Order: sequence, then C-alpha cells, then structure tokens
Amino acid sequence: MLSRVAAPLETATHPEALRRVVIEPVSRVEGHGKVTLLLDDEGHVRQARLHIAEFRGFETFIQGRPYREVPVLVQRLCGICPVSHHLAAAKAIDVLVGARTLTPTAEKLRRLLHLGQTLQSHALHFFHLASPDLLFGYDSDVASRNIIGVIQAHPTIALQGVKLRKYGQEVIRILSGKRVHGVLAIPGGVNRSLSRDDGESLKKDIDQVVAWSQGAVKTARDLYLADLEKNAAFGSFRSNFVSLIARDGSLELYDGGLRARDHLGHEVFDHLNCDRYLRHIHEEVKSWSYMKFPFIVALGSDEGWYRVGPLARLNNADRIRTPLAESERAVFARLGEGGPVHATMAYHEARMIEMLYAAEAIRELLDDPDCYGSDLVIRGERAFEGVGVVEAPRGTLIHHYEVDETDAIVRANLIVATTNNNNAMNTAVREVAARDLDGRELTEGLLNHIEVAIRAYDPCLSCATHALGAMALDVSLEDASGLLVDRLVRDSDGRVARPGAP
Amino acid sequence: MPTFYLDDSEIPFTDGETILEAAMSAGRYIPHLCWRPELEPHSSCRLCTVTINGRPFSSCTQPALKGQKVECDTPALLAMRRAVIQMLFVEGNHHCPCCEKSGACKLQATAYLLGMQDSHFHHRFPVRMRDLSHEGVSLDRDRCIRCEICVRASRALDGKNVFAIHGRGIESNLAVNSPSGLLKGSAISPDDAAVRLCPTGALIAKGRGFESPIGLRAYDREPLSSIELREYQARRAVHD
Ligand code: SF4
Ligand code: FES
Repeated sequence: MLSRVAAPLETATHPEALRRVVIEPVSRVEGHGKVTLLLDDEGHVRQARLHIAEFRGFETFIQGRPYREVPVLVQRLCGICPVSHHLAAAKAIDVLVGARTLTPTAEKLRRLLHLGQTLQSHALHFFHLASPDLLFGYDSDVASRNIIGVIQAHPTIALQGVKLRKYGQEVIRILSGKRVHGVLAIPGGVNRSLSRDDGESLKKDIDQVVAWSQGAVKTARDLYLADLEKNAAFGSFRSNFVSLIARDGSLELYDGGLRARDHLGHEVFDHLNCDRYLRHIHEEVKSWSYMKFPFIVALGSDEGWYRVGPLARLNNADRIRTPLAESERAVFARLGEGGPVHATMAYHEARMIEMLYAAEAIRELLDDPDCYGSDLVIRGERAFEGVGVVEAPRGTLIHHYEVDETDAIVRANLIVATTNNNNAMNTAVREVAARDLDGRELTEGLLNHIEVAIRAYDPCLSCATHALGAMALDVSLEDASGLLVDRLVRDSDGRVARPGAP
Repeated sequence: MPTFYLDDSEIPFTDGETILEAAMSAGRYIPHLCWRPELEPHSSCRLCTVTINGRPFSSCTQPALKGQKVECDTPALLAMRRAVIQMLFVEGNHHCPCCEKSGACKLQATAYLLGMQDSHFHHRFPVRMRDLSHEGVSLDRDRCIRCEICVRASRALDGKNVFAIHGRGIESNLAVNSPSGLLKGSAISPDDAAVRLCPTGALIAKGRGFESPIGLRAYDREPLSSIELREYQARRAVHD
C-alpha cells in the first residue's frame, strides 16, 4: 500500500456502532466538499472520508451546443481558475479544426495568459487561503486565522500576496478583456495580439513581481523548515505522480506529453500523447462518493492512484527552464533525499516555486516579438474528436470532446484536477484523522487540521467565504442512532458557537 | 417644416414620417427591436411605445402629426419598456456569458440601455429545436424573439423567402422554408441580410463569434443608441 498508516480508515468494518462527525462547508465554488468521520466510544477514528459533489452536470449540459461556444462556456465551471478550463477546451477544439500547431503568436499569448492565471491562483492559494494556518498555527485563534489577521500581523507578506495576485489578474484582463471569464482563445488561435502599450505597462512591474515571488518561495520554505518534523509528517503519505512534461523533461504547464512516476520516482509512462490518456488512466467509481477515483491502468486501481498539482509537477520535472526557479527547485528536491518529495505540506513551497517560474516566464514573453505579432489563427483538416490537457494551478486538467458533422458536441469528458487528486485528498484526510484527531475531544482547531490538509491541495473546497480564512462550517456529532450529541457551528466571520448543545 | 413635441423637445418632421423616424432624425433615440430603417415596420415588440393623450401607440408605425404632444421618456413608459425587455429575456434562453453574439447583440445592448438589472419574472426555460445543420449559418430558436426581421429581410433584401413564423402566441416559432424544414437545403447564406440583421444570437454566421475581443465588440466601443442614430442620419443624408 502506498499510504502508510491510514488506508484501513477508508471503510469501517462495523459502521453502525460508530458516532458520526460531519464537516460540511456551507457554501461552494467548484465542488461541494464534506468530510465525514466515524468514531467509536473511545473517540478513535474508524472511518474518514472526503465527499465531493462534483458537478458532472456540465458534461450533459454542453451536449448539443456548437463547439465554438465551449471554451467560453466551460469557464463557468470555476471562479478561481477559469482560464485553465478555457485553454484546455480551446486545445481540444484546436484539434477539431485541424490546428494542432498554432501560430507562434497564438501559442505564446495563450501561454502568457496561462502564466498570468498560474501566478494569480498560486498567490491566492498561498497568501489568502493557506498562510493564515501556516503563520499562526493550525489551531490558533479562529478570529484572527484569516487574511485580515495576516494583514495585521505580517503586513508586508500580506500586501505582496495581494499585489502578486493583482498582477496575474492584470495579465488576464489585458489578454482576455476581463479579469474573470474573458475570452482570448478561439478555435485555432487567439482573438487578439498584445499591444506594445500593454506590453510596456506589464513590463513596468515584472521585475518587482519576480523579486516578490522569490521572497514567497523563501517564506514558504522557512515556514516548512521551522518545524520540519511536523510538516514532513502532517497528512503525509507516498504516492505516484502525474503531470504534463516538456519534450526536454522540464516543467511544463500548457502543452507537452504526460509523465507518470511511481512513489520511488521511477517512470511509469513518459511523453504520453494526451490523445491517448484514456488507455492509461481509468476512473474507478466508489459507492460512497459522487466523484470518481482515477488511477494509472498499468499499476491497477489499488496502487495506481496518483497526485497532481505543484508537488507532482516538481517531482516529475527534471529541471525548470528559468534560472531562478530552477535553483529553487534544486534546493526543494533535496527534501526528497534522492526520491520524490511526498509531504502534503511541501505542496506550498512547490507552488511558490512555480509562481516564481510563472513570473520569470512572463518576463521572457513580454520581451518576445512573437507576442506582438498579427498572425493569430490557423485552420487545417477537420476532425471529430479532440483532447486538450493543461496543467491547471491545482493539477492536470483533461477536456475531451466528440462532435458531429454539424459542429454540435455529442460527448464530453472532463477530468479536473480535483478529481485527479480525489484519492490523494482522501488519503490526507485519513492520515490527519488517524494521527491528529484520534482519541481526542474534537475542537474547532482540531477540525481545522483536516481543512489544512485539504487546503494544501485544493482551495476550491475552501470556497469563496474562506477568502477570509473562515470556511463556514457546521459540524455535528451524532451517536450510532443518529441522535445529536454535539454541534459546532462556525459562521463565515469566524465566530464559533455550540448552538443547541445538550 | 411642421413639428410635434416629444416630451419637452420640438421635433420637425416631413409628411408621412413616423414618430420614431422623426425622432431618430432629430437625434432622439427611442428604444426598438423589431424596427429596421430598411424594412417595413412590424409593430410587434412594443418597445417603442409612446403615449399620446394618455393612449399608447407604437412609434414605429404611428405617423407624426403637427402640434401633437407625445410622451416618450416618462417614468411609467421607462418601466414598461424595462418590463418588456425582461419578459423577452425570460421567455427564451438568453445565456449571454457563452453566446457568440454577446457584445454585439441588440437585445443585450437594449437591456443595458434600459437599465435592466435582473430578469424579475420567472424563467420559462423553453426547449425549442436548435438547427446547426447548415455549414455556414446556425439557428438557435431559444434565442429568437420573433421580431420577424429575418422574415422581412430575407424577402425584401435577400430576395429569398427563407423564413416564416408559424404557430400562435407563446407557441409561435420560426419556421425555415426548405423540404426538410432545416437550414441545410434552404436558400440561406451566411452573408444574407436576414442573418446580419438578426438582433439576437438566434441566427449566427458560424465561426465568427468570439473573434472580436472583449472591449472591441460592436457595443463595447460605442453605445447602441449613438451607433444607430449615427447610422440612421447617414442613411437619411444619402436618401434625401
Ligand atoms: S431569428 Fe432573429 S431576426 Fe428572426 S425572428 Fe428570431 S430574433 Fe428576429
Ligand atoms: S420597434 Fe416598434 S413595435 Fe418594435
């Protein structure tokens, strides 16, 4: 088994005799996440599960729509990383219009858009969502464990986070016309070029953005190393890793083939043509979850599940193309002592190294004459099935469409980063439940440990209200017969109360 | 030149001009959807409604009369127009965020012009037949407001007769003149006035939509009212 301790906690042998704790964020963004714990009389955790109500409806909803609408329509799947959906869909649609290789201008502007997105999403994830836990402690006072608290206690860090995010959003706004849900990619290319004026205005701040990103890597690393033992163990387990990879084996976020490495760092497949993902990745259905559990076919469903996202990408990359990020990657890789880095909490440092890469790569592109070119669209031989894969900030995102001869979508399959990380997040939740919660009285602070682990992977579950660091929660503890034993409610302002406690 | 009063302003007109035409010539925009200067008026959307002596008239068909006092921008009429546009929105499925026509859609621009903030009424969510069969033109009936501009334009400007309205009231719908009832096999072509003049995303020339970047689409650059006033006056200048 890849997971070290807690795998047996997926399914309890006698659930009927156990107490049930539900952690349910009240509001939602992409998916609606809920954690359930089953406890025995001594308070030992017997079962821990993360349920995500994935919005599969989208795949049905877009059936019959003309493919041209799809890159715009699918953005509405997500408010944090809509650009990823926009680009993954656009890449799939490129195949339909026979534009596998775009013009240099179109390809580079899409990359620039994607880098802007990576920058803003990573900044949001680390500074707004995760840093309160990391700076103040997982069970510190909930009233200040939020971005406002960070602004008060660490104004420089907080301000840099806000400005980094703003810069990424500005890249997105300039290229797509809006900060959220704009349009740049169209079938076979892009709908605009970068104007010299806009390029110059972005160049003004980019050196500062690179410098802040370097600082962010240091912040993330210092926080991790400050309690190395605890951070290395927290919600930790071994797994395989999947990501895109560039032809030369370097970090790649927009294009390239798929690489999978096992928990020792050995290649399972490499430079896999994305069109063929279905032969190598299957999805398992479990009766207790709406969200599927993908796995690498060659390793089987028990051993073949994997992680995606910043940690996976850094473990899989032989190098990073940009110098500053590459030197940070080399330092980071030492944590793995010759193998991949497995710690859940190492995601944050990996994320900040990617943010640095994004900043450096944006700087390069702003000096690239191709970004200011006018050859925007290309068309070729029509096809009826297309797959598009990008590395969304949270991990590998797969869009797959089939159309008929009238251009209408007849079948769609989307595997989002959250799904790819489904098993991993469940494993992290079980690890935390087994190590941190087992046998103790449940407090808001302890329950927050579970959220900290989820948050390392996916901010979408710690949805919009959590921008203030306080995911609205309603935790109820029931006995085996379903009778309410205890209840903890935390509103979106972070106030915790025990309403109706017996 | 004889004149009439539109609210407080005195508007000159020539014999036979409608209130709407005279107002447009004088630079006063009256919201409208089913009226096009190059087509016979249709008087079906009722957006151009004005009142004369308290009675409602559609200004796109009502001839201007000397000395007449016409009320146009009263709070009651503005509220009525907003309600009409809200009803048009809930009657079909107008999902602006993913519509290719967004930013160049007259229905959407008129809703902005009238200050529509929400749809107010319950959505009907109709399910009508979408027609993607033609290689150059698509028809999404869920976005059709039955203004009959395409019907009139196809006959008068394209010389083709591709469209008609069938059914009654809320059940009325756009029909295509072809053996199969589909656009494929009809005489339509993407460059037809019928396609170009459709005020919504119902009739669309395939593959051109999102090519205009946000910020540079027709109504991003200039408000609908000033574009149409300018075009109408230029047209008048040529015809006079
Ligand atoms: S298709 Fe367009 S022009 Fe024709 S009736 Fe419908 S909305 Fe009017
Ligand atoms: S414009 Fe006069 S009724 Fe439609």
